[in-house]
Amino acid sequence: MTDSKLKKITVALAGNPNCGKTSVFNMLTGASHHVANYPGTTVETVQGKCVHGDFRIVFVDLPGAYGLTTFSAEELVARNFIIDEKPDIVVNVIDASNLERNLYLTTQLIELGVPIVLAFNMNDIAVQRGIIFDTDRLSELLEAPIVRTVASKSQGRVDLLNAIVAKANAPRKLRTHYITYGDEIENSMKQIEPLVRSEYPGLAAKYDSRWLALKLLEQDGDILSKISGDWLVDTVGDTITKLKTIFGDDPEVIIAERRSGFISGACQESVKNTVELTHTTSDLADAVLTHRVFGLPIFLLMMYLLFYLTFSIAAYPMAWLEQFFGWLSSAIALIWPTQEGNWLRSLIIDGIIPGVGGVLVFLPNILLLFLAIAVLEDSGYMARAAFIMDRLMHKIGLHGKSFIPMLIGFGCSVPAIMATRILENKRNRLTTIMILPLMSCGARLTIYGLLIPAFFPQNWRGPVLWLIYLTGIVLAVIAAKVLRLTVFRGENTDFVMELPPYRVPTFKSLSAHTWLRGWLYLKKAGTVILVFSIILWAAMNYPRVSEQSVAGLSPDQIRQTQLANSVIGRVGRAIEPVIKPLGFDWKIGTALIGATAAKELFVSQLGIIYAVSSHDDPSATTLRQHLQADYSSLVGFCIMLFCLISSPCVATIAVTRSEAGSWFWAAFQFVSLTVLAYIITFAVYQIGSLVMAL
Amino acid sequence: METTITRPLSEVAEGQTVNIIRIDGGRGMRVRLTTLGLLPKTRVMVVHNGRSGPFVISVKNSKMALGRGVVDKIMVS
Repeated sequence: MTDSKLKKITVALAGNPNCGKTSVFNMLTGASHHVANYPGTTVETVQGKCVHGDFRIVFVDLPGAYGLTTFSAEELVARNFIIDEKPDIVVNVIDASNLERNLYLTTQLIELGVPIVLAFNMNDIAVQRGIIFDTDRLSELLEAPIVRTVASKSQGRVDLLNAIVAKANAPRKLRTHYITYGDEIENSMKQIEPLVRSEYPGLAAKYDSRWLALKLLEQDGDILSKISGDWLVDTVGDTITKLKTIFGDDPEVIIAERRSGFISGACQESVKNTVELTHTTSDLADAVLTHRVFGLPIFLLMMYLLFYLTFSIAAYPMAWLEQFFGWLSSAIALIWPTQEGNWLRSLIIDGIIPGVGGVLVFLPNILLLFLAIAVLEDSGYMARAAFIMDRLMHKIGLHGKSFIPMLIGFGCSVPAIMATRILENKRNRLTTIMILPLMSCGARLTIYGLLIPAFFPQNWRGPVLWLIYLTGIVLAVIAAKVLRLTVFRGENTDFVMELPPYRVPTFKSLSAHTWLRGWLYLKKAGTVILVFSIILWAAMNYPRVSEQSVAGLSPDQIRQTQLANSVIGRVGRAIEPVIKPLGFDWKIGTALIGATAAKELFVSQLGIIYAVSSHDDPSATTLRQHLQADYSSLVGFCIMLFCLISSPCVATIAVTRSEAGSWFWAAFQFVSLTVLAYIITFAVYQIGSLVMAL
Repeated sequence: METTITRPLSEVAEGQTVNIIRIDGGRGMRVRLTTLGLLPKTRVMVVHNGRSGPFVISVKNSKMALGRGVVDKIMVS
């Protein structure tokens, strides 16, 4: 059968977090994944394809949700996808061993009136726990076919696909019975429904009017915003007040309880627990891993392993990549002779190859980090880690899980910002992204490595380095607190989190996760990093100095003259009056601008400015001697302070842009950190100068 | 051994099983807890009760970690 003859359908996968939804998705679609950020949010939906029978099916993996309320971005995205994109079928993945809680989402899908296929996943665990289902009866009550799957072992794939295709072929029929919410609420809904239909024909065409009436009674923020400032709002308000006096509680709470009632009723008729639940292996593991004394040390050990894996192990492939790109540059330089004005050669050797290398060099970090995170998440330990750290992190207005990206930030901001994906709450996530560059990254250590020995005596060096790191942490804590009270204000949703049972992660799930992240990094951030690198290369090499003006100079002196004459050198001079109150001159200004390409470039830029031979170790004694001659220890400290706080490097900017979803946040981060750096360095330099003058 | 006095969940000792009577939180918290299966008449077992910080309950077949602010508002007997 040719491709064009296939009927196309879209199937959305909905389900609770930890129900194995992603495993079902992987089982159905194999390896062909495509990620899309839902417009205007940081929430992702993953898409995959599959051909079954005469159908070409596009699967959309919606974010994990316990319900379809407007309390979290994930739930709203899942709901809006179903309403706006109108998938032909919604496959509701359910953890069969935890049926009642999982069915709550199902009741809300039923309310939306979409065609549902239920996948009872983790059937093996349910069987092991002695849960017996009367699937025929349950399927009748829920008016949806039920397929049992064990996605981690690829069991039930064909059955599920058959059920989807059968449902797609069957004519759409209306439900024979709805979930009912009691006479009072039902009557109120019947009053509101015709009003919505007559006043808002547009809305009523898009949404089911019964559903709209229900959402209005629930005071659903999203729906209310669509009808705001109207007498209908007042009518609904009156109805709610009336219902409140009857029930002594908000109708929303009563409706939620009725849904649970419907589920309990359905389960009583069709589910039997034959084995009383006793202590499981998970409970034993928890007794150790969340132990009040051992919990924290174990967590710290896990974090050490995570850090070690991400940075120490990744250092080897990173070094190979660097060597390879270095070799490539010199190989091309060797076979491509220098000619006058051969800008293309320079663009390739000094611009593109280091640029691509600069993108790829992060890849081992990112792959290993996401492998480690996937292990932590899939095994169930991540929830415990968040739980252990929550008390501390809560105090600065962040979530327990924010600790992990902050720790990664000491290695490199790029993977750290990507690691904020583990945070579900958008405000928490953006706050964490904004403060991450304050965690002093590994690249900045090269700057301290150059400056500290140049300006401080041996026994001061340790404390100064410690002071720099501590300043970053303290500033990050203050900044987080301030951001949560201003820009990202909003209640920190009370900590309620499921602790999923411990599981052994499957190879398939780990590799799918890791590759997807790596690919996303290359596609989204990599391209931007590359473009920035090339722009900075041009700014550093143009305009060219004429051949005559550098005649007779040594290669190092030529490079020095070239940099002074370039856009960056000129900007460095132009901003000198601005940075003078910080104790900086044009040389430092130029090096700082060059360092936006990558923080460690600060050192090599200074090397060029002082015409220290590039063949020497750039942090070698000669450069330190130049610096000692030109600047005081106070200026040395101020440079480190400024480098710590100020403008993140282009890779960080690019990743912030792709993770936060807009240039606005990248610009916000860049500008506010630079301003903060300026203010603090200004204060330290001015006060320091006064004290020194005494 | 179960007592019948209504008290916050935070005061229940480890290993005890109690019934939720009501939730004294705001609308948002109650709906969220209902979504997670925590609502009046639900039986919950306290798995871990640290005097500050960690609080873990077992409800139906799942385990939940709850913040202090939440357990103080869940009234049980």
